[in-house]
Amino acid sequence: MWLTLRHIFRPKVTLQYPEQKWQVPENYRGIPALVRDPDGRTKCVACFLCQWVCPPRAITIGATPVDGKVEKGPETFEINMLRCIMCGYCEEVCPEEAIFLTKEYELTGTSRAALIFGKEKLLQIGGVRPDAIRKWAHK
Amino acid sequence: MSETAVVKSPVGDPYGSSRGDEDILRDSLFTTRVDEVVAWSRKNSLWPMPMGLACCAIELMAMVGPRFDVARFGAEALRFSPRQADLMIVAGTVTKKMAPAVKKIYDQMPSPKWVIAMGACASSGGMFHSYSTVQGVDEIIPVDVYIPGCPPRPEALIAGILEIQMKIASR
Repeated sequence: MWLTLRHIFRPKVTLQYPEQKWQVPENYRGIPALVRDPDGRTKCVACFLCQWVCPPRAITIGATPVDGKVEKGPETFEINMLRCIMCGYCEEVCPEEAIFLTKEYELTGTSRAALIFGKEKLLQIGGVRPDAIRKWAHK
Repeated sequence: MSETAVVKSPVGDPYGSSRGDEDILRDSLFTTRVDEVVAWSRKNSLWPMPMGLACCAIELMAMVGPRFDVARFGAEALRFSPRQADLMIVAGTVTKKMAPAVKKIYDQMPSPKWVIAMGACASSGGMFHSYSTVQGVDEIIPVDVYIPGCPPRPEALIAGILEIQMKIASR
């Protein structure tokens, strides 16, 4: 009884979830997404390194030749979010810094097809990510 | 001649001769309200059957604990007997050895019943492209909500339960 009374006056630990969100740490690994550079270009060059390194083989890339000094770019870029284990290998291996893990952690879906994200959706989630080197401005 | 008869009948009159008794009964307030009340009580007292097969079950336990506290949504009564459950949360890798047991437990649950596939392994096989793993629990039982993640956070599971609740309310 004394134990119960003591606990009544302690601070509440419950996170009121849908209204009150969790403070996501800086290095959190959420779902992966593609990013654009500040000029609006898709940074991915379809080198297939992320597809090769992905442990659950969630990434499927279709390459196509593009104009300019870049040899190729992704025509299709699909990540099966149901397969993805958010390990961050794709972000680690990417030589163009085109794929990043976001802080998104509350994804649900009602069918398998709804959770296979295409290129447009991934670019929309990723948004624009400014970098200091601006390598893509010279391409 | 029959065409003129159709034109003459009152179009906007709800009690006109064009409406049969069945139409009026279907629109009556009483039956709709019962459906709504039943759906409301079902969605606010989901009794989950924790099909914890791997590490996702740890997050499932965290969801029931005081920090995330799924009792706020009325789904805290985890029943380890399928006869008293109506929501199956498949949390973890479904091996081919375990698949008949999962299927049997699903069949033992009384209808209406819903299924959440929690985590990468239960949703699609995850990283186990293996001879021994079922490539997604939807190969053996119907799944209503998929939650990606390895494992998903308890908040994601609560989001899945809220989606199940919306589905029940809209039936």
